[in-house]
Amino acid sequence: MADKETVLTVDNVSVKYRLTEEKVDNLKEYVIRFLKRDLKYKDFLALDGVSFSLEKGDRLAILGSNGAGKSTLLKVIAGVLKQSEGEVTKTGNVVPLLELGAGFDMQYSGAENIYLYGSMLGYPKDFIKAKYDEIVEFADLGEFINMPVKNYSSGMRARLGFAIATVVEPDILILDEVLSVGDAAFKKKSEKKIMDMFDKGTTVLFVSHNEDQVRKLCSKGIVLKRGKLVYSGTANEAMDFYLGKNYQGNSQK
Amino acid sequence: MKEFVESFKKYAFFLSQLVKKEIKLKYRSSYLGVIWTLLEPLLTMIVLTVVFTRLFGRDTNDYPVYILTGRLLFTFYSGSTMAALKSVRSHAGMIKKVYVPKYMYPLSGILSNYVTFLISLIVLAVVSLVRGVYPTLWLFQALVPLIVVFFLALGTGLILSTVAVFFRDLEYLWGVATMIIMYASAIFYKTETVATERNIWIFRLNPVYAVIDNFRSAVFGGPMDLGLTAYAAGVSAALVVLGAFVFSKNQDRFILHL
Repeated sequence: MADKETVLTVDNVSVKYRLTEEKVDNLKEYVIRFLKRDLKYKDFLALDGVSFSLEKGDRLAILGSNGAGKSTLLKVIAGVLKQSEGEVTKTGNVVPLLELGAGFDMQYSGAENIYLYGSMLGYPKDFIKAKYDEIVEFADLGEFINMPVKNYSSGMRARLGFAIATVVEPDILILDEVLSVGDAAFKKKSEKKIMDMFDKGTTVLFVSHNEDQVRKLCSKGIVLKRGKLVYSGTANEAMDFYLGKNYQGNSQK
Repeated sequence: MKEFVESFKKYAFFLSQLVKKEIKLKYRSSYLGVIWTLLEPLLTMIVLTVVFTRLFGRDTNDYPVYILTGRLLFTFYSGSTMAALKSVRSHAGMIKKVYVPKYMYPLSGILSNYVTFLISLIVLAVVSLVRGVYPTLWLFQALVPLIVVFFLALGTGLILSTVAVFFRDLEYLWGVATMIIMYASAIFYKTETVATERNIWIFRLNPVYAVIDNFRSAVFGGPMDLGLTAYAAGVSAALVVLGAFVFSKNQDRFILHL
């Protein structure tokens, strides 16, 4: 194992949210509460000292009940959310497939959004130009590609988002339950594309509640519980732990 | 610093896409499209000229040029700072999803307004020629206020966009503040007719007025008031430094408030 290069290290990462008990977002209220010393804060640890590392080609399943911190962890790795403590080191380009199509501009047409969204992911202009046809073909939206995205169905948006994000060959791919995009035909196509990436040795972070997918696709697994990493091992072991009494029993509280 | 340049290079194309988007969407589904950047200042100039010459009897041939120089600069300043103020919130979907240097959003708001502002200078050129205000060598000075006003807007915009994430009220407060700045910028009256020793400090303190005054000197063919130039440049530099500091200190917390 020593000859494999480490592509992602998550070292003792914590994310602390400081929540005001009631949301104060206008100046008047803030000033009044400040003067009355009525600003109550509650610290909430969404992630609490999580550490792990991945080598090239590892496929990690991240398991845990709702609110355990899975999405927060993915956001930190994607660089969208800044951790309060700890360090994340990553090599190569990270492609997040989170909430597909959430960054689109609704007034813009599909074609215009390809450029906007592609540039947001950091793709150079020539690259987008070269790959434009491939993206359009893969998304398979027909004449909708020239219509504003606001007229798209959510499935169509997700298809376009998927097509743009996966046109690069990522070193680290972040998947948040997106293997089920669009209709049956597109699902098949997108699964195949992801499988191809898997075969090429892409490092994958995968959040899913689907037992079969996890056991079939992943090599490693970690289990989160209320922000803490409670188990780390192979995907099968982690899934067993997650489904076992030890985890499910306590998480009901 | 080197990192900053690298990341700017990487996302320069994204910035240009953002600017393009803002300009495109502003005029989409209007029949005349980008022509409005020319038509709008021209029409308001006509209204202001009619009102002030007929009602208040200020009848000089170059009055429309006087109005336009002031109004174009002021509209850029108020429009771009308001766009920057709203920029972080209006791109919440992107910010939550993909990592991009966040200053790109206010910067694109400023830049897109700057582009339309530069286009609208065509109106000024045409009206000047029609009204007999011909270009002189002094016109080259205009570069200075045109550059200074960009940084003035950028510095203000960075500060506003940061604060607006945490307090939504700022949008309305800034709307009122720009109105005050407008009346203190001598857009449709001559400073000499209003200024007295007691109130001249209002103009002296207002960097937007300084920029407009410099710009007018260049257009009407005379030397700029270098005191005002230095003041406006100083304020702009200070605002950009302060804005960059405030923005970078707080940008990691934006996502928690969107």
